[in-house]
Amino acid sequence: MTMTPASTTTATCPECDAAVAPPADPVCGEILACPSCGAELEVTGITPFAVAVAPELSEDWGE
Amino acid sequence: MSTSTIALVASRIRVEEKLLLESYAALGANVVRVDERDIALCIDRLDVNALNAALGGADAVHDRGIAFGTSLHLGCVLDAAGVVCVNSERVVRTCGDKARTTIALAAAGVPQPPTRLCFSTEQALAVLDNELGYPAVVKPVVGSWGRLVARLNDRHAAEAVFEDRETLGDWTHRSIYLQRYVAKPGRDVRVFVVGDEPIAAVFRTSEHWITNTARGGRTSRAPHDGVFGDVALAAARAVGGGIVAVDVVEDPHEGPLVLEVNHGMEFRNSIEPTGVDIPGAMAAFVLRCARAARERREEALCIGVEQ
Repeated sequence: MTMTPASTTTATCPECDAAVAPPADPVCGEILACPSCGAELEVTGITPFAVAVAPELSEDWGE
Repeated sequence: MSTSTIALVASRIRVEEKLLLESYAALGANVVRVDERDIALCIDRLDVNALNAALGGADAVHDRGIAFGTSLHLGCVLDAAGVVCVNSERVVRTCGDKARTTIALAAAGVPQPPTRLCFSTEQALAVLDNELGYPAVVKPVVGSWGRLVARLNDRHAAEAVFEDRETLGDWTHRSIYLQRYVAKPGRDVRVFVVGDEPIAAVFRTSEHWITNTARGGRTSRAPHDGVFGDVALAAARAVGGGIVAVDVVEDPHEGPLVLEVNHGMEFRNSIEPTGVDIPGAMAAFVLRCARAARERREEALCIGVEQ
């Protein structure tokens, strides 16, 4: 498994412009909550660290 | 023995997927992460080389996709190409549709609540009035996390829910899946089955009649041997095996009854109360499948060379 090193930079929440720090060992596709507005975000880049609004729940999602 | 490579298919990396990545790393496996949004599959002719390239030359696929439709179709392609995928297309197809699950469980003699499938509001109401009685439960045939599962306390409630589904629902709601309500003791049981072994179980307790952890149900350790393990293993085998979570409800008269079988189980809330390394067991199972697949391929190549 290739682990991408954590970036020291922060990303900006697309919903509220707050700074979003990367989690430990971030992985593209990882889901985060914006610490300011609570929006569900998806990690889209590691270096530089980037996030986008996560896809909305679809009816066929589940276990 | 050389290291196995696993393609972990997932677009959404939840706690579960991160734990699985850690488990594969701990077991020394190579993991290629595949985001299904990034791949295009040639299906008018089976291009095994292109498929292998898309999967990073993996020995097996561990599908952790969150979307039933995507897993179903990806599984079809992998199955046609002879690529081992956990879970298999059969398991996904059977578990992802509650009507199919019920039919598979019935064929295997697995105990479950009385269940009916109707295709019109009139028949559904007649079944409730004459067979199942009230309260009853209506569930979408496709769906998870307790979404749109409704308890029908009386005929008025049933009429309202059916009208809503008929007006607002999609085509899957035209198949009306009805089940007798089981007066469970404020909890149900989730049993995690990996391969041919129930490895852990939790009680999911809630004041609400829906006990899904996605809906606030609390987990505590439950026995995974004995009756719960037996019925869960039978259910897992009935849907085709693999890695599944079997939801069991304790009927005060009938004993344990299987409600559903989940092919893409979440387990983050069940590791601590059970003390079981669920992702580790899952990863080890997929690796065993990968090794077996590789041995079969190598054996076939040897036979080809000898001929």
